[in-house]
This record gives sequence, structure tokens and C-alpha cells, in this order.
Amino acid sequence: MNYDLIIIGGGAAGVAALKSAYDPNLKILLVERENRLGGILKQCIHNGFGVHHYKEELTGPEYAVRGIDAIKTLDVDILTDTTVIDVEKTNGTFTVRMSNTTDGDHLRTSKAVILSSGCYERTRGAIQLPGDRPSGIMPAGSAQRYLNMEGYLVGKKIFILGSGDIGLIMARRMTLEGAKVLGVAEIMPYSNGLTRNIVQCLHDFDIPLYLSHTISDIRGKSRLEGITISEVDETFQTIEGTEKHFDVDTLLLSVGLIPDINMFESLSFETSRKTNGAIVDQTYQTSVEGLFACGNALHVHDLVDFVTEESEKAGKSAKAFIMENHKKNKKLIDIEASDNIGYVLPQKLDMDQPFDEVELSFRATMKGDKGVFVIHQGDQEILTKKARFVMPAEMEKISLKKDLIDTTEPITIRFEVTQ
Amino acid sequence: MKKEMICIVCPVGCHLSIDTDSLEVSGNKCPRGEKYARIEITNPTRVVTSTVKVNSVLQRRVSIKTTDAIPKEKIFELMAMLDSIDLKVPVKIGDVVLENVFDTGENVVVTMTLDE
Repeated sequence: MNYDLIIIGGGAAGVAALKSAYDPNLKILLVERENRLGGILKQCIHNGFGVHHYKEELTGPEYAVRGIDAIKTLDVDILTDTTVIDVEKTNGTFTVRMSNTTDGDHLRTSKAVILSSGCYERTRGAIQLPGDRPSGIMPAGSAQRYLNMEGYLVGKKIFILGSGDIGLIMARRMTLEGAKVLGVAEIMPYSNGLTRNIVQCLHDFDIPLYLSHTISDIRGKSRLEGITISEVDETFQTIEGTEKHFDVDTLLLSVGLIPDINMFESLSFETSRKTNGAIVDQTYQTSVEGLFACGNALHVHDLVDFVTEESEKAGKSAKAFIMENHKKNKKLIDIEASDNIGYVLPQKLDMDQPFDEVELSFRATMKGDKGVFVIHQGDQEILTKKARFVMPAEMEKISLKKDLIDTTEPITIRFEVTQ
Repeated sequence: MKKEMICIVCPVGCHLSIDTDSLEVSGNKCPRGEKYARIEITNPTRVVTSTVKVNSVLQRRVSIKTTDAIPKEKIFELMAMLDSIDLKVPVKIGDVVLENVFDTGENVVVTMTLDE
């Protein structure tokens, strides 16, 4: 069967992209591997979602339903319980290979594809933790799914490595369900989570946070029996003599997320080493014409509100690509992260596409209470913006007007801390 | 007695210190911090989110929340009350699970729709 557009993944990103890509003249298919739409929001039962986008505080499942309600009357095809195995492009047409229990392994073609397949959690292997390899060690998001959807509490005595928001949220959640959380260790000298979560998830339950600490040993034969944490120096090497032991049956890891785009290898689009996602222009188009990416499959977001915003833009661009037959320009302007900036998105600017301004999303690599973001093109300073309370855990945004961009030289952004 | 806390009203995150007897606040850079610290000491409240049992084919638990913040000291009591709840599908967002918990005027409601 032939489609105009196939959207891969029906979480917050895919649903938002579908809403804005919809047109009665387009044939659209959305493919979701779980039993229904909603993605990771289904297991994020805590509140705090939607403050930007809906101007009210919602829980994850409530946020998901807002998006799903907005698309459920649209005349589009939605396949759940279906896994995409591969995507190929030949002669301007995408062939998406997918599998489910009704149709088995089958192919669908389209003129454009949106990757909104989310992200996955880094595991023990990714951070090379030392020690024994017993059961009882898992990513915090997996424990969250077991608890909030399947109804299993994965342990009674818990330690958490990593102070990202998922780790903090799970510290509270496991405590409420009767487990004892003995502590959270963070290798950085500051927490990666929101202050509000430090207060409401750790302080409320007297759970200690060990900054500049990491796991130096893991003990256990079949099930985890205990862990040791050690303080680290500025180069993240453990300091001898600072060991603390904890008898725990479970270690949860909240040590980062990676865009889940590994299955799309046969497409060979350009990816970024910094985001582990695709390199895109301001229309969220990748280096492969007609292939768009958005949400956590593009870069890991801290707020779902921004996923929705970004994905609506990607959906709109995909629609314009199909209906107005835009050609991707071969000559693109590079947008690069400079001093104290980890990454910036989009990484390319296509001056032939119709746009008035481009919104740059980026993360600083250091904390700064007061500072300024400076955007350069060549040796020309084209925009500065004062910034307060900048931290790596929070994504920053700046709108750059098209008429400020005069040349085809690379655009760079840097962060200067003034206090 | 002095108690230390971090203000969560805005992103500054002032480190506050409050005297639990005189309710005198220090460390705050603005008046909102003072108000936050006093409420935190006298009557701290929290929105509680959790899950309860459900007989859905889609998942075994359904998510719930309190409609607004309830006293912090009641959180574990509420968790115990949730243990005995056993919902039958269909459930929909806003369905009341417990009414007027601890006479706060707040209900416990379902935050997810499960039809089957």
C-alpha cells in the first residue's frame, strides 16, 4: 500500500507530528509498537507536564490523552502492536518494512517519513560499572514501567545511580510503595534533576544525595547484595578511602537516554555525535530528502511540552514537503556549538526553505547564574541574549531572525558566564 | 530549632533557613521565599500521584492523583487506603476513586482512560 507519509512512533512526538501533518488530501500511516498510543507518558504518572503547552499541570497519562484526542477523528491509518524493522529509500520512495501478528512481515511505501521513535535508556554496559553481575540492576525507567503499569515493585532496598529526573522520581515512587531507598549517587558536583524534584522526591523522604560520587563496587551472586560508592576527584577518578557500603537488593540507573534510531541503519542519514540523533535543518529534515526527525528520537528533551512544539513543526514541514514539492537545498549553512555549549539544534540552515526565523535549541555544558549567549556568523556578532540560571539539565531556546543572516558562513553560539 | 530548606518557588533555588519556633526566615532573596518556608514548616502539602489495581487487559494498574495538594503527613496514610481499591473497566480520566480525603475537599481521581 502507498502512503504520502509514514510516521514511526505514536508517543507525544508522533501524535503531535500527525496532527500538524494532517491534510484531507494526504494518505498518512502512523505505526506504533505498543498496544496503544501515548508512548513513555503512559508510565510517567507524576504531575508537572503541560505547564508550557497547555498552561496547566497535568500527569503524563493526562498529557498523552490531550494529544490523542486531537487526532482521533482524523481520517488516517493507525497501526498499533506493529514494529518497524527497516526503512529504505530508492528512487525517491521510502519502503518501510514492518511486522505485526495480523499481517506478518510486510512493506508499505511513502513519499516522506517522520522518525518519532523516542529514546532508550543507557544501561550498566554503557557506563562500565565494576564488580559482580547479579540480577537486580536495571534502568530506572524500566523499574517505572514494571511498577506503574505492570504492578511489580522490583526491590525492597534500593540505591539509585544518577540524579536525573527519572532517578529522583523513582526514588519517591519506590518509597511510597514501601521500598527503602538508601541513597542517590551523582558523579557530577551538581544534580542533573530539577530542584523541585530534589526537594519533593529526596528531601521529603530524607533520602541522601551523594554528589561527586559513583559506584566503585557491586556485590552479589544471583541477586544483588550490596554496592560500594566512592567520592570522585575533578577527573572523575575514585578517591581511595572514601568508600561507603550499602546493603541493597536493587540498583536503579538513571544515567542518560539515547535516541532510538539504530534500526534505521540502511537509510544512512547523517547523525550527530553530540545528540546521538539525526542532523537536521530548520524544517527538521535530515540529510535524506523527505526524512524528518523529532522528539526524543532527535535529541533528548527535558520537557514533553517542547517535544510537542518541535514535532508540530516537523509535521508541518513534512506536509509542505509532500504538497509543495520543496527540494532540499544542497548548500546549507552550518550551525555549530562553540564555547560552553554542548549541542545546538538544528545543525543546518536551508535558506531556500520559506521561513522568517529559526528557533535554536541548545544546552550549556556548565552552570551559570548570570551570563550571555552570543551568536556569531563568521567574525560578525549577530545576536546576544542575556541568560539567568543556566544549567546543562535545562534546554535553552533562542529565536534567530532570517534577516540577521547575511552570509553563508557557519553560525556559532557560545555561552559566557558573567557570574 | 533551625531547619534548612531549598526554595522551589522559582529557579534561583535559595537555600533558606527557618527558625521552627519564631518562624523567622533567612537566606531568601525575595519575599516569596519567606512565605514558602513558613508554609513548608507549618502545613506542607503535596499532590500525590500513584496507581491502583484495575482489571484491564491493557495494563494491571491505573494511574490516579489527588485533585490538589493534601497535607504531607497524610501521604502514607493515603497510600495505605489505595491498597484496598480494585477498579473495574471501563475507567476514565476524572473518575472519582476516593471522595474528600482527610476532609481536605480534595478527591482521588483516575488520570488514565482504559476501556477494556
